[in-house]
Amino acid sequence: MTALVFRTLLSHWRRRPFQIVTLLLGLTVATALWSAVQAVNAEARASYAAAASRLGGDQLDSFTVQGANSFDQSAYIALRRAGWEVSPMVEGRIRRADTTLRIIGFDPLTAPPQMGTGATLDADELGGFFGPGGVAFAEPDLIARLDGVDLPELRAVDGTPPRTLLMDIGAAQRLLDLDGQLTRLVSVPTATGPDPSDVTGLAFTRTPPEQGNDINALTDSFHLNLTAFGVLSFVVGLFIVYSAIGLAFEQRKPMLRTLRACGVPLARLLWVMLAELAALALIAGLAGVALGYFVAAALLPDVAATLDGLYGANVDGTLAFRPGWWAAGLAISMLGALIAAADTLWRTVHLPLLAPAQPNAWLGAQRRAMRWQIMAASLFIALAILGAALANSLIAGFALIAALMLGAALALPTLLSFALRVGAARARGPVSQWVWADGRLQLSRLSLALMALLVALSANIGVGTMVSSFRETFTGWLDQRLASEIYLTARDEAQADAILTYVAPRTTAQLPIFSTDLRWQGQQVELFGVADHATYRDNWPLIAQGPAPWDQLRARTGVLVNEQLALREGISPGDRLSLPTPSGLWALEVAAIYSDYGNPRGQLMVNVAGLTERFPDVDRLRYALRLPPGQAPDLIADLTERFDLGPQQIIDQQAIKSLSLSIFERTFTVTAALNVLTLGVAALALFTAMLTLQLMRLPAVAPLWAMGLTRAQLARIEMGRTVLLALLTGVLAIPVGLALAWVLMTIINVQAFGWRLPIFLYPLDWLRLVLLALVAAALAAALPALRLARTPPGALLRVFADER
Amino acid sequence: MLVAKSVEKSFQTSNGPLPVLRGVDLSLKSGETLALTGESGSGKSTFLHLAAGLDTIDAGTITISGTDVGTLSDAGRAELRRSRLGLVFQQFNLIPSLSVADNLAFQARLAGRLDPAWQVEITERLGLADLGARWPEQLSGGQQQRVAVGRTLAARPDLILADEPTGNLDEATGDQVLDLMLSLVAQSGAALLMVTHSDRLAARLDRRVHLRLGQLA
Repeated sequence: MTALVFRTLLSHWRRRPFQIVTLLLGLTVATALWSAVQAVNAEARASYAAAASRLGGDQLDSFTVQGANSFDQSAYIALRRAGWEVSPMVEGRIRRADTTLRIIGFDPLTAPPQMGTGATLDADELGGFFGPGGVAFAEPDLIARLDGVDLPELRAVDGTPPRTLLMDIGAAQRLLDLDGQLTRLVSVPTATGPDPSDVTGLAFTRTPPEQGNDINALTDSFHLNLTAFGVLSFVVGLFIVYSAIGLAFEQRKPMLRTLRACGVPLARLLWVMLAELAALALIAGLAGVALGYFVAAALLPDVAATLDGLYGANVDGTLAFRPGWWAAGLAISMLGALIAAADTLWRTVHLPLLAPAQPNAWLGAQRRAMRWQIMAASLFIALAILGAALANSLIAGFALIAALMLGAALALPTLLSFALRVGAARARGPVSQWVWADGRLQLSRLSLALMALLVALSANIGVGTMVSSFRETFTGWLDQRLASEIYLTARDEAQADAILTYVAPRTTAQLPIFSTDLRWQGQQVELFGVADHATYRDNWPLIAQGPAPWDQLRARTGVLVNEQLALREGISPGDRLSLPTPSGLWALEVAAIYSDYGNPRGQLMVNVAGLTERFPDVDRLRYALRLPPGQAPDLIADLTERFDLGPQQIIDQQAIKSLSLSIFERTFTVTAALNVLTLGVAALALFTAMLTLQLMRLPAVAPLWAMGLTRAQLARIEMGRTVLLALLTGVLAIPVGLALAWVLMTIINVQAFGWRLPIFLYPLDWLRLVLLALVAAALAAALPALRLARTPPGALLRVFADER
Repeated sequence: MLVAKSVEKSFQTSNGPLPVLRGVDLSLKSGETLALTGESGSGKSTFLHLAAGLDTIDAGTITISGTDVGTLSDAGRAELRRSRLGLVFQQFNLIPSLSVADNLAFQARLAGRLDPAWQVEITERLGLADLGARWPEQLSGGQQQRVAVGRTLAARPDLILADEPTGNLDEATGDQVLDLMLSLVAQSGAALLMVTHSDRLAARLDRRVHLRLGQLA
């Protein structure tokens, strides 16, 4: 019996192949977009984990000197002699073959076993490893990319972090121009010895393994944003599935009743329906995961570039095959199908065996459904309003967005119905009256697709407003922030002095920008020292300040704090901070808060003289040079030649601005791509809804045809009405999109990045988007309309012949 | 075969319960044909639905071959319909996604009683031999009802419950379908309870009972 029932249920799809294609397509697309985002996130996190575990980062303690990026290797020798089982490391970045490479130099003889270099060296290789040229380990793909580049001999080791070269410490020192210098020491957590500061005279700080896992913490909000888009796309895709399953149920209702009347028990029927659903979900899941793999592979390079540019996180740009991800994709496909079919299964359980003889039952059902929808919409919108006042975390922000979108989507059919009623009341002539009235009848069947369209359009308007506002703010901010004409990084202090002496006659100011890293309030913070100069006083983008911030800075009593750190720590002008320095705590008053877009880290600014006094070992290598703007190119060319400066050492203002803007644009490339994909899925939902609806439209249009309207007229009316509904949906999407933009910019961005942005409005963008929606609706309605225009009269006549 | 005793059934309305059957007593022997007539709203279809286990009785009993339908669970009632009963509806209720041949064999296969020779005979007697590959919507109303009758008879049920089986057909086609049905019912040895509002059709069955305002007249 089970097999017979299964075959009978499947026979429905055989007769309606388009319907099953729609269902499978919806589920495939939903699974694909979800899986793609999950794959991108998984790949990135795997890269972080590989980077953390590589060289024992997740198992070894680190020793660094506070206030200095490097220290003399004699300190290492002193510590070893004092009994410390530490191993030296030198790390840095170089640029080769258009790729920023992370260089990690280590000493294989003293490295703790937890470092696990990933390769075993035989005696000959050990010789090569230490030899003058040396050997560097890298992943195979990177080696292929670096073919012909002047580097130590490269040897492929799978599992090496992306864009990273592992080599002997001596070779790394030479490559990084850090002869005789180390950047940190590592040891097992149980290692003990006399106080390193007493032994070496340097202010050593010991950090436990991967404290706070900085990269994970920094990138969490980026991945959460991606996940939110994945969920949005998945939900929009499920609209299609829900619509297809619901339509199939309506069409199969007589079959289900007949099966029950013929003696198929309800439980058996439900199990067979579930098995059918599982089979469909499996097919769609496999296709979806495969498609998702390609989408992810297309997105990953941009994501990797963004994570590198924004957070300095190295992520491999190629996608690995992960069985767990495939399993998760199939599971989400099953879950999605079950969610979309839950309502149908529920209705099957409660399907009366005897069909009610109520030809107008749909009207009552539609009214009841709308009543429930508007009640649920009111509840969600009330929750959104409440959330807007109370949301103080990223999760709460996304919950607020979910409530807003759900509320708006559920309210849509009622609002459209109201608009159509108003239209019907004003209509003159029988045909136009029918057009409006029939539109309301159609609404119940189109509402899901229109909801999907509303969600996609709102998301586009919301995200578009955020990105455009951000771009406008960011561009203005860059002009303020990068006021100096040239930014210079010398190789060493001697070179810095020589350059400054040489350029003195041609510059109006030489402004030192020294910096060091601090661990403060449990996080890594950048501490910058700047000079007291009009460049800062006139331009620096302060967003909150005390009475005389620059005077306080000059007096070395004040500190400026970037916005994200201020928000994270609840800091306001006038508060007092104590910063750890090699010579003890440094008490400062917060003089001002400044905007610092694009930087995920906390940042503090103090007077440069104060910084060098408190951190005597700080590198004095970076300077901003002021000069008449037109003279910058000549000076850069002159300095580059005279002092043999690399392109990274001397940069003009425009180059930094372009670089910053390109990082900014890349940050939103993935968001924009997902935005477009979501809109595409919504258009697909509308198209599939229109096509399936067209199959049920003949009984509604046949009487009009019989009364004298041509099939072409009817087709035009059908198409016009779809475009009208899309227009109304598009207009309603504008306020919803702006509300979404507000949430994104005042809650999500602040929580995720610590940036508060002003909102700018772009009515032309909305107009373009609404027009796009109209084109999508017209395209979606075109094929069904064409089919209607070409319906043979016989098919229309059968409407009257059939005993319906 | 079928014994109904003091069967009562009411439906809930906004004005309170509406009694439809008020103590109906009725019996039907194996091989017998019985017409249940009455005006619209007299409760004849409701009685048929109760006998088929499609709805539940408020009071009284209906037994089919000694089985009290009212004591059966939903699965039990489904099993009864599958193994002993055959239902013919006014609306034909064919499965639109199955071909005519598959529709004809459906109930017999579901009951596990598919008899190819009997199937062929029924198909030929009903004049459907050339229509097996067609879809239900490609048939006329009379042809569809013949398929519905064939589907029921192919499973060799003990009792056939037919609700206005010719109600959707014109008089000539209805007569033709009824002739075939009565002839095949006689050949299969099944009992037939047919609901109809037509005195003319009722007169062609062995017996008739008339239902008025929920009670046998």
